[in-house]
Amino acid sequence: MTTSPTGLGAPVVSLKGVGKTFGAAAAPVVALADINLQIGEGEFVSLIGPSGCGKSTLLRLIGDLTDATAGTVEINGKPARQARLDRDYGIVFQSPVLFEWRTVEDNVRLPLELFGHDRASQTARAQEMLELVGLTEFAKRHPYELSGGMQQRVAIARALAFSPSLLLMDEPFGALDEMTRERMNSEVLSIWERTGITVVFVTHSIPEAVFLSSRVAVMSARPGRITRLVDVDLPRPRGLETRESPRYFNLITEVREALRGSEGGSTEATLASPERTAAEGGVG
Amino acid sequence: MQALRRNIPALLILGAILVGLEVFVRAANVKSFIFPAPSAVWAALVANWNEGYRIFPAARVTLTEAAGGLALGTAMGLIVAFAVSRFPRSRDTILPLAVAINAIPIVAFAPIANNWFGILSPYSKMAVAGSLVFFPIMINVLRGLTDVDPSALELMRSYGASPGAVTWRLRVPNALPYFLTGLKVATTLSLIGAVVGEYFGGLTDTLGRVVVGAASALRFDITWSAILVVALAGMGMYLLAVAVERVLIPWHPSVRGDQPA
Repeated sequence: MTTSPTGLGAPVVSLKGVGKTFGAAAAPVVALADINLQIGEGEFVSLIGPSGCGKSTLLRLIGDLTDATAGTVEINGKPARQARLDRDYGIVFQSPVLFEWRTVEDNVRLPLELFGHDRASQTARAQEMLELVGLTEFAKRHPYELSGGMQQRVAIARALAFSPSLLLMDEPFGALDEMTRERMNSEVLSIWERTGITVVFVTHSIPEAVFLSSRVAVMSARPGRITRLVDVDLPRPRGLETRESPRYFNLITEVREALRGSEGGSTEATLASPERTAAEGGVG
Repeated sequence: MQALRRNIPALLILGAILVGLEVFVRAANVKSFIFPAPSAVWAALVANWNEGYRIFPAARVTLTEAAGGLALGTAMGLIVAFAVSRFPRSRDTILPLAVAINAIPIVAFAPIANNWFGILSPYSKMAVAGSLVFFPIMINVLRGLTDVDPSALELMRSYGASPGAVTWRLRVPNALPYFLTGLKVATTLSLIGAVVGEYFGGLTDTLGRVVVGAASALRFDITWSAILVVALAGMGMYLLAVAVERVLIPWHPSVRGDQPA
């Protein structure tokens, strides 16, 4: 898996004409409008945009944590609700959301408990996951004894514990310092490469989006739309050399310009063609 | 050992106050019915431990009443808090009612409870104590059950967790620190409730009756010794609640102190 694994099979995530409107019918607030996006198996897609563009809302629609008011959301060919009940995805939030009364290991064990796995396999799986994120020796500690970055690694281990086919991440490293964030980025990539899981990653950091993704979906605000899809053709595995390569900087510039182009001008007719790009940007 | 060292300043100050009072009362020749010397209070306590005003048997009865009221009020508070959190729409009906009940002065309720449950019965005192305990338990537990991180609820939803699983694995552990905060307040309230209930009539061998009887006989040395016992009992119950807290929520910031992250 040294190249971008785009388009290995049927779409894991399929969004067709998806919209989300908040508020009363008399004074509706359109958060998302006409979102079309297909994400293939093993892809790493980032959603990037200004705050208020609805990127987190879009992630919640995929996870059936909120309902779409227009269009269809399908995960693995099923309605989002069914996919959630089938435990098709794991989710990582901006804050680790660890249960402070549980040890690290018991936090990772939580979904397995809820899914009725037997205790021995829970323990084995939790230990396996902690090994994956390099926290084996902290299994019996409580969350408060861990740094912010370590806590987020526990959250990732918990999200992957039941081997979902999809990983949703909502600005997971937004609260971390730059050094820790870069280290976490490399770790997420290494986990992604080892597990082959499909990832949808919300961020407001352009370098983060470019470094991680196989594709970056650039969004505009009010209403939230995908205005551009940028293919990131940087070779894998990515590391320090990637961050220093000219192609990396070119792509960062490309995403930045796409973001600037989408700023405040989303209703202009000139942006009709990028939207078409978005609509066609599915798996080939 | 460390706990003892931490409490040394408090003990020293207490000792200084007692010595100061003793010296002041003797030097200024303060009358015993105005303010008895600490040594006189101690003497009264020892002399009446088992006879006369019988402070020790009285303390046993009063503590039993307080403990019964604590259990009763805690149970009622937990039941109402769980019911309201389970059926959020009942909140607007039940909460104003609970606030109104809590606003009834305890001195008004105590004679009524004596009338309802029998003036000589310990149950009337438990009712008074329980009515005081109910509110802090209910309001704290309700807070703990509902004040849950929205992301944690989303996490549970992402697992398709049942309402029962959300309650037992998320809401109840989340409410535990709130419950214990309420319990710490409730321990001393239960003693106050029991003593106030006794104040309005009851068996002779109760701390409330000892206070009333000794005061009307101008034996303030005995009154003070009974007050001392109530205060020590309240402290004991509070420390018990603190010990429970240390066992149940060692992970909570209020308990774990300044351990390195």
